[in-house]
Amino acid sequence: MSPNAAARRVRQWLATGPWRPARVRHNVAFVLVSLPLQAAGLVLLFVSSVAGLEVLHHGLVPGTGQLGKGSVIAGGAVVGVVVVAAATRPLTSLQRRRMRRLQGVSIPAVRAGEPLTWRELASSARSVTAMRKLAREAAAASRWAFIGRQLLYHLLAAPVAGICGLAAIGTGIGGLALACIYLYARVLRGTYERTHSWELAALTVAGFLLLLVMPWLLAGVTRLDTVAAVALLGPDRAGTLARRVEVLTQSRAGVVDAADAERRRIERDLHDGAQQRLVSLAMNLGIARVGLTQVPDEARKVIEDAHEEAKAALSELRDLVRGLHPAILEDRGLDAALSGVAARAPFPVRLRVEVAVRPSPTVEAIAYFVVSEALANATKHAHASRAEVAVGRTGDILRVSVTDDGVGGADQALGTGLAGLARRAGSVDGTFSLTSPAGGPTEIVVELPCAP
Amino acid sequence: MRTVIAEDSVLLRAGLIRLLEGAGIEVAAAAGDADGLLAAVAEHQPDVVIVDVRMPPSHTDEGLRAALVIRREWPAVAVLVLSQYVEERYAADLLSAHTSGVGYLLKDRVADVAEFLDALRRVAAGGTALDPEVVAQLLVRQRSDPLDRLTARERDVLALMAEGRSNTAIAKALVVSDSAVAKHINSIFAKLGLHPGDDDGDRRVLAVLRFLSAD
Repeated sequence: MSPNAAARRVRQWLATGPWRPARVRHNVAFVLVSLPLQAAGLVLLFVSSVAGLEVLHHGLVPGTGQLGKGSVIAGGAVVGVVVVAAATRPLTSLQRRRMRRLQGVSIPAVRAGEPLTWRELASSARSVTAMRKLAREAAAASRWAFIGRQLLYHLLAAPVAGICGLAAIGTGIGGLALACIYLYARVLRGTYERTHSWELAALTVAGFLLLLVMPWLLAGVTRLDTVAAVALLGPDRAGTLARRVEVLTQSRAGVVDAADAERRRIERDLHDGAQQRLVSLAMNLGIARVGLTQVPDEARKVIEDAHEEAKAALSELRDLVRGLHPAILEDRGLDAALSGVAARAPFPVRLRVEVAVRPSPTVEAIAYFVVSEALANATKHAHASRAEVAVGRTGDILRVSVTDDGVGGADQALGTGLAGLARRAGSVDGTFSLTSPAGGPTEIVVELPCAP
Repeated sequence: MRTVIAEDSVLLRAGLIRLLEGAGIEVAAAAGDADGLLAAVAEHQPDVVIVDVRMPPSHTDEGLRAALVIRREWPAVAVLVLSQYVEERYAADLLSAHTSGVGYLLKDRVADVAEFLDALRRVAAGGTALDPEVVAQLLVRQRSDPLDRLTARERDVLALMAEGRSNTAIAKALVVSDSAVAKHINSIFAKLGLHPGDDDGDRRVLAVLRFLSAD
């Protein structure tokens, strides 16, 4: 390391080290402000013990042997537990607030879960809702452990941290006093200095050393307190995971819905904008084509071509837009919307839809997209001559199957369309399966959970 | 012939008025939404109404619902429904109550001026005009009824009948003779159990209805 780099590192260390005056002041304030809360833990311990002993005592004296010793001890224990339990919650929340305000460390709350039924357990393999519950259940199982962890913090870690903090501050004060001792003796007690000059010098040096060490001690105590609070008052691993699953599930649902809303918006924009303009253009060209009979043949040919082009563009745009999100899907459901898709395929398609209870708009949109994409694939790649589409709902599962008699050999890894299908099915925890041996037939089956 | 049109796009409304007036059809009123349309129909009692399915405020099927109201309240007023997309379900709604004086076409069809005016006149005269795309949608339904016994050619003929075409127009579309078409139609009537005792015009409508309601 070059001298410059070393100097820079030292400067950096000085600027960020624990003995920066601002840091020391902060840490001292932290220790002092924390004392009442930490003392509360001790008081709690004391009160619960005293309460227990009191019950024990009073139970023994007026009871005159009527009460069994065991039940009296049990009573004492009960009172102790009640006092501790009543105080734990507010103490924990106060401690969390202390950490957030003074250390900038936010400790998430631990949530209680509900127990799982066997049915939820059975379906947990495919449903994320069940997985969420499973995670919550794990968190619930650790609720007792959590009570233990809180007690460990309030009754042990916090008081110890308080005492250590005080000790660290005491070290600083003591260090300061010792560091001044030589000066004090020299100026005020001239004779003493002459007889014990070495001892005094050693004490002064020790004082300076203590002053130097004090910020580190203080920082260490603060750090340990923080670490202990995070570990003992926050959620454990299962709790953190449960929370994470919750957050991810929500955010994913948000993303899926946002994508859906975006598709609807684009459809609406195209419908109100480009499509209307194109219809108007094609209509005007049509009027021109009929009305302009006196123009030269060349001009007439141009008008005719433009008219045909405009109509072709209109038809292409319509197919594209309808694939985005047809209005009828929202209005009348899958059954009504899919006949349009099936009719647009250039080969005969048999369509069977049995959906008594409509699933959510998101699931309907995905099912629609699956059929639309699968038929597009069958047209473009499989060269199919016929296809069969079946959509049915059994319980909470919407099953969509599309079979064509094309050349087969479809591969999810090759076709981006198929990968997109799998992804969209996966976005609502659906399953996607593809059977496509070379030579056909190709079958795509998508199952989408649609829990009410 | 007098018409009232309802279309929320200003551009298309102007275009439609130009097209109709160019063909000598009077446009009594032009509305931008369903309420305006119903008021205009009550006021002008036109021969035929041209209405867009998707209009404010909800932009779903206002036009269709307005069309059903018009058919119920003013049976003498024919209705031609235009839409950016045609849906067989909407067609079934339209035709469930009335099978005459009803049309349902893709908006694109206005580009083919002659055919569009032809369809409009047919509807105004009490006939039907169904977009070929609607008919195609109806054909993909899986069903187990007499329609399954129709041959491919007979289904083509029935589909064209559903569009509201005459025998001559069907013969022209399929490039066959008029008598061949008549033979197909008789065969269709027989397979659907519509016997010659019934009035021929009614049998046509009944066959089309059977076709439309099959689900």
